[in-house]
Amino acid sequence: MSLDDATVRRVAALARIRLSDADLPRVQGELNAILGWIEQLQAVNTDGVEPMAGGAPEGARPMPMRDDVVTDGGIAERILANAPDREGDYFAVPKVVE
Amino acid sequence: MRPTELTIAEGLAALERRELSAAEWAAACLDAVERLNPRLNAFITVTAEQAMAAARASDARRARGEAGPLDGVPLAIKDLFCTEGVPTTAASRILDGFVPPYESTVTAQLKRDGAVFVGKANLDEFAMGSSNLTSAYGGVENPWKRGDAPGVRLVPGGSSGGSAAAVAARLVPGATGTDTGGSIRQPAAFCGIAGIKPTYGRCSRYGIVAFASSLDQAGPFARTVEDCAILLRSMSGHDPKDSTSADRPVPDFRAAVARGVKGLRIGVPREYRAEGMPAEIEALWQQGLAWLRDGGAEIVDVSLPHTRHALPTYYVVAPAEASSNLARYDGVRFGRRVLRQGDDLRAMYEATRAEGFGREVQRRILIGTYVLSAGYYDAYYLKAQKVRALIARDFAEAWTKVDALLTPTAPSAAFAEGEKQDDPVAMYLNDIFTVTANLAGLPGLSVPAGLDAQGLPLGLQVIGRPFDEEGVLAVGGAIERAAGFRAAPEVRA
Repeated sequence: MSLDDATVRRVAALARIRLSDADLPRVQGELNAILGWIEQLQAVNTDGVEPMAGGAPEGARPMPMRDDVVTDGGIAERILANAPDREGDYFAVPKVVE
Repeated sequence: MRPTELTIAEGLAALERRELSAAEWAAACLDAVERLNPRLNAFITVTAEQAMAAARASDARRARGEAGPLDGVPLAIKDLFCTEGVPTTAASRILDGFVPPYESTVTAQLKRDGAVFVGKANLDEFAMGSSNLTSAYGGVENPWKRGDAPGVRLVPGGSSGGSAAAVAARLVPGATGTDTGGSIRQPAAFCGIAGIKPTYGRCSRYGIVAFASSLDQAGPFARTVEDCAILLRSMSGHDPKDSTSADRPVPDFRAAVARGVKGLRIGVPREYRAEGMPAEIEALWQQGLAWLRDGGAEIVDVSLPHTRHALPTYYVVAPAEASSNLARYDGVRFGRRVLRQGDDLRAMYEATRAEGFGREVQRRILIGTYVLSAGYYDAYYLKAQKVRALIARDFAEAWTKVDALLTPTAPSAAFAEGEKQDDPVAMYLNDIFTVTANLAGLPGLSVPAGLDAQGLPLGLQVIGRPFDEEGVLAVGGAIERAAGFRAAPEVRA
């Protein structure tokens, strides 16, 4: 299958990446080439196969549970140290609601 | 011997005998970096003052009899590891100005053991690439040259291209890397050095800028298999801060390197005989098998029938995870913000991400967003996860017959800048032999084994059972001893 203009724009909007009209044909061509190549997976018989989620190899122990307790905190200054903009102990962003 | 020529094992022995000080070793490396980095571009950030201070502190510890296992060893750190107080870029403009307020677990453990960090090594942006050419800080020059075209700039491979080039050019004796689809093993092969990606879960991912969380693993580069084993021991171990890190003891990897291969069964996966494989690579592979046979191993043909689906599977799973992981770069909490007069929050997100991410990263985020989007999730992402399970099952089946697998590391020697760049899929084919180990979570090592007709290094890859890095290192050590690889690159300290 091949992505049309509207689909490429919709995907870019979902990804929150601005896509100019000038760049659209290039991006569309690249995505379609990659998706065309990925398409071959449809031919693999996966009936009854459980999907592999996560990267642990076969035989690895399941992920452990831990106590639900606070292990960290009180480091607002360190967390805000890289903020492009802040107000008090908050990250500042442009106005969202008029 | 000049300090820059020392391996890690040799340097540690020289430090212990007081024939060399950590300050002298660090100064020699920093001098080499100063002379050659303007050309090679292997480092994004050089931390000369911190390195000299750390080296002097190391000498003081050794004088007090308190030296750690890596005390005084100068290292390059891939600029994907967060280092407290030192800028960490992931080779992306979107992390402009970011200075981590914390340290990754792997680098914290290397420091705990006394390592001296010379600087942060260049890489493909967010570790997405096989050439180092997607770095926002420019490409890295491979220190090796083609015999008939010494003026042509070759790539060091990627994504850990700066780490591999720095070790090959003798700027440092070792470096850290990360490997999501081949990003340690392919650059190791292109630069004529050793590099190992351990089992998924062996090294903590805490504090490593995430690309694809189910595939990413840290690992070391060095000029010998033994040095890789020394570094890997310090980098490994359980970390409560990474729920996928494995709670199991860390063996003495170094002891395994000289163990030999007598009695081992080594598998040759027939599906790795890729069409169009250069004759030199096929010949080196056969030579590698002959060396192991001479060492007492039995060579066994095995089948990994889903191999040809591995790359397309990877290019669904990795972009899907990347699109999710990279959602955090939004211009709000750290890094770059692009905000024009009158823009609202959404326009800020879109402008920040369009200007902050390079083309390859944008491509992968878009592919990942598409395969995870409503209506396509089952057809692409779930399908790929099922094929991934089949690929892992192929290996589990192989381990009933053999102890390790031997393959070429990459389908070619280092290529020139500009080659393979027009077509993303052609670039992706670099990882054809390495990506399966990431999908199945297995340890893989590349060891330099020979030169092609142009004088460029070629690597062989050893893949092992889950958590059997010792077996992988034993096979790699045997190949290294038999190959007697002594060649050095044209450009070196």
